[in-house]
Amino acid sequence: MTELKKVPTGGKPEAGVREKKETQLSMILHRLMKNKLALTGGIIFLCLCLISLFAPLIAPYDWSAVDPVHKLMHPSAQHIFGTDQFGRDIFSRIVYGGRYSLTLGVASTLFSTLLGVVVGSIAGYFGGAVDRLIMRFIDMIQCVPGMLLTICISVALGSGIVNTVIAMSFGGIWGTARMLRGQILTVRTSEYVEAAKATNNSSFRTIVKYVLPNSIQQTVISACMGIGGAISGISGLSFLGLGVQPPLPEWGAMLSDGRNYLRYYPNMLWAPCIVIALTILSISFFGDGLRDAMDPRMKD
Amino acid sequence: MKEKEFEKKHDHREHHHHDGHRDGEFLSVKDLTVEYTSGKQVVHAVNGISFDIKRGHSLGIVGESGCGKSTVAKAILRILPDHGARIAGGEIWYKGRDLVSEPEKRMEHIRGAEISMIFQDPMTALNPVKKIIDQISSVIRLHNPGMTKKEAEEQGIKMLRRVGIGEDRVRDYPHQFSGGMQQRVEVAIGLSCNPDLLLADEPTTALDVTIQAQVLDLIRDLMREKGTTLLLITHNLGIVAEMCDDVAVFYGGEIVEYGSKREIFKNPSHPYTIGLFGAVPSLTGEGERLKPVEGIMPDPSDLPLGCKFHTRCPYATEACSEGEVPVVQLGGTHYCQCHNIEAVKAAQEKEAAK
Amino acid sequence: MSTPLVELKGLKKYFDTHKGKLHAVDDINMSFYEGKTMGVVGESGCGKSTLARTIIHLHEPTDGQILFEGKDITYPNRRELHDLREQMQIIFQDPYMTLNPRYTIEDTLKEPLILSGKYEKASLDKQIIKLMDMVGLSGRLRMAYPHELSGGRRQRVGIGRAIAMNPKFIACDEPVASLDVSIQAQIINLLQDLQKDFGLTYMFVTHDLSVVRHISHDISVMYLGQLVETSPSKELFLKPLHPYTKALISAIPSTDIDHPKERIQLKGELMSPIEPKPGCRFAPRCVYATEACHMPQKLEEVLPGHFVSCCRVRELNTDIL
Repeated sequence: MTELKKVPTGGKPEAGVREKKETQLSMILHRLMKNKLALTGGIIFLCLCLISLFAPLIAPYDWSAVDPVHKLMHPSAQHIFGTDQFGRDIFSRIVYGGRYSLTLGVASTLFSTLLGVVVGSIAGYFGGAVDRLIMRFIDMIQCVPGMLLTICISVALGSGIVNTVIAMSFGGIWGTARMLRGQILTVRTSEYVEAAKATNNSSFRTIVKYVLPNSIQQTVISACMGIGGAISGISGLSFLGLGVQPPLPEWGAMLSDGRNYLRYYPNMLWAPCIVIALTILSISFFGDGLRDAMDPRMKD
Repeated sequence: MKEKEFEKKHDHREHHHHDGHRDGEFLSVKDLTVEYTSGKQVVHAVNGISFDIKRGHSLGIVGESGCGKSTVAKAILRILPDHGARIAGGEIWYKGRDLVSEPEKRMEHIRGAEISMIFQDPMTALNPVKKIIDQISSVIRLHNPGMTKKEAEEQGIKMLRRVGIGEDRVRDYPHQFSGGMQQRVEVAIGLSCNPDLLLADEPTTALDVTIQAQVLDLIRDLMREKGTTLLLITHNLGIVAEMCDDVAVFYGGEIVEYGSKREIFKNPSHPYTIGLFGAVPSLTGEGERLKPVEGIMPDPSDLPLGCKFHTRCPYATEACSEGEVPVVQLGGTHYCQCHNIEAVKAAQEKEAAK
Repeated sequence: MSTPLVELKGLKKYFDTHKGKLHAVDDINMSFYEGKTMGVVGESGCGKSTLARTIIHLHEPTDGQILFEGKDITYPNRRELHDLREQMQIIFQDPYMTLNPRYTIEDTLKEPLILSGKYEKASLDKQIIKLMDMVGLSGRLRMAYPHELSGGRRQRVGIGRAIAMNPKFIACDEPVASLDVSIQAQIINLLQDLQKDFGLTYMFVTHDLSVVRHISHDISVMYLGQLVETSPSKELFLKPLHPYTKALISAIPSTDIDHPKERIQLKGELMSPIEPKPGCRFAPRCVYATEACHMPQKLEEVLPGHFVSCCRVRELNTDIL
């Protein structure tokens, strides 16, 4: 018929011509690879994770080894970040501390995102009274400032790793739920869902094949960004003495320790500061790149 | 057939350039070239086009999306995006001044007071947090400094009524309007400035036919009452037939055919122009099969060599795929940029005889 | 005449809004004959798209009847709906919005074939290539995603999806409105070729009167949810009888520069379709409106095959009737 012949152009390869199907995942990875900033962010975050994982191989000292003779030292060849008030090597504590900070950050984000997706999907999919009920409940919770809520729960449950995760993730559920619900509502009324109905897709298939893949993007990205937020939140809790308790080398807890020595031993403060900032920044870069890469309409 | 370069045409108007008060040359665009750069790619949006419009006259620019026609209007107003777009060459003479080298301060004044533009996408042009009536009356007062707020509002209401928006809606915000209504508000605002030059970029594409008719009538009234000059960008040949004195057909950032309305509509000579007419269903005919140009518009970042149209042209020969294409004067003000005008004509006549 | 393939009897579709019931489609009678095209024209908000979606059961009708091959299919059960969807399909306006951005062309075209359960896995590939060929898409674009295609090609994919199951009836909802003129003409030619080859019945919804005249055998004009005039397509342009149709036709910009048209100006604003008053909805904008126009109007056959809903049609058209 009319348009079969190849459209001749000045010599560029034609868009969309390929032998084999390129899956969504490989397209996303491909685009991510091209984004230098995102790639750098991803690599830095991966390195941070690996360093914490292989902490015993990397840390020159035991994180809990007290050495009264060498307490409160400035950075030197032996102790590159110096030592704290008990003579513990700050670098080793930071290396080990990643285990707590990163795990807590990732775990609480994962937890809050999963619950948020469940709640958001229920509200978005069923709509009507269920939706209204859930949304009013969320409104109520979100009236309370997030940090205050977290602190209250943390106080109620007491400190400790599991309790910190619960306290941290509780605040994060609702934002995710609200966002996903909004996305589902937009996608649900979009024309391609109408088209899916017209081609005899069942509602379940429509949700799995059309609605979710096109609405989950925002959620995945905000989860990514959320890790950074959670780490800083946990640091904040520890700073207040609520999160992870000393002597565990959580970065926020270290920050809290360092506060008392700010004047004469600033290394106790900036060392954990730098790693926290580095982590949050690297995840932000990565998440930013992921958002662009996940957009199906993005040109290569 | 006399062969004559476009340059010849410019010669006779060279001496008008610095004389802004002559009625002859009001807007004169010469060899305008606009490029966009995104990353390493250079998009040749407009490639050395020339045209002029007399005061109070109207020129229609016809072409399909991606042919660079909107870029021309933006270049005239100097509102090309700051990043990546630049006027790479050429001159835009407006009332004896070259807008390309005019300082930004001066352009701001011209944009507000003399040239107004109606955009295709109304949402980008309306302020979402101001009531419709406030937006239009502030524009009216800007142009009539002595006017009181009340008078300006009355005038605004009158203007809105002329585009079919009743008085009960004028205190609404833009988001409360449908797309078509927003477009009409924008038209009303654009026209209430009483501009000397109106640049209309697909002003009625989003509108229903009856409203479109009202808007076109409004523009025509303005031209008649205030002597406004019109540059109308559209893909609708019917609108050009109703509104314009002259027509420029755009393809691949070039003017492929130029002439008076009569010359173009009675004697379309470029294969692309012929294809455009072949794609429009007739309102009187017997429903013959449409004869559009086949294929799709080439990517403007990847235009073919030689004649930009040769990749889709049914009459293309070897010569079309390389080198410069001559501009041929077909008589009067009718110019056509094609190697094979006579062959095309002969083929058309044969077709018609069948 | 033979029985129509699809027939609408007093079809209504109301939507609930917080201000009351919105009468999107109000008491529509229409017949679609096999192998023919019925054009439905009207301005935005007249309910033409809602009508199309109601016929193919994307909306549930509020009242009235839809008959398919003489059978009442107004409220089908699941099983019947599944079969109906293979018989009645839709082509949407903006193919970009209606193609799943995460599906390749192959995925999009394969889906209806798989869901019908009528094709064996082995024959799917062949079927898809055949389908792509039918709508003028080259097989090398099989694995392309929608964003990699031009608007015209996307619409070809949309058409391919609609004809995949060999439907008898296709509702085309402004299928060329978002395309450039030459691409628009290519798609119109394609639709006409497909109709000729497969005897398809089209409902062609559009606001573009020159397109609808070109492609349709009959045309129905809608105004605010109501049908105001139905006529064979050429006759509608020669002898428009309803005042609204006359205004509509006079408003089309014509490329005929020798015979500029006399334009009929419309006054006033559109009436709200929410809880409208009885009577002709065009009356507030109509220069000929009288008291009688505010009574309910009835669709009347004034010429063979030419129906008008206007109580003053005879006195206003003495030269024709």
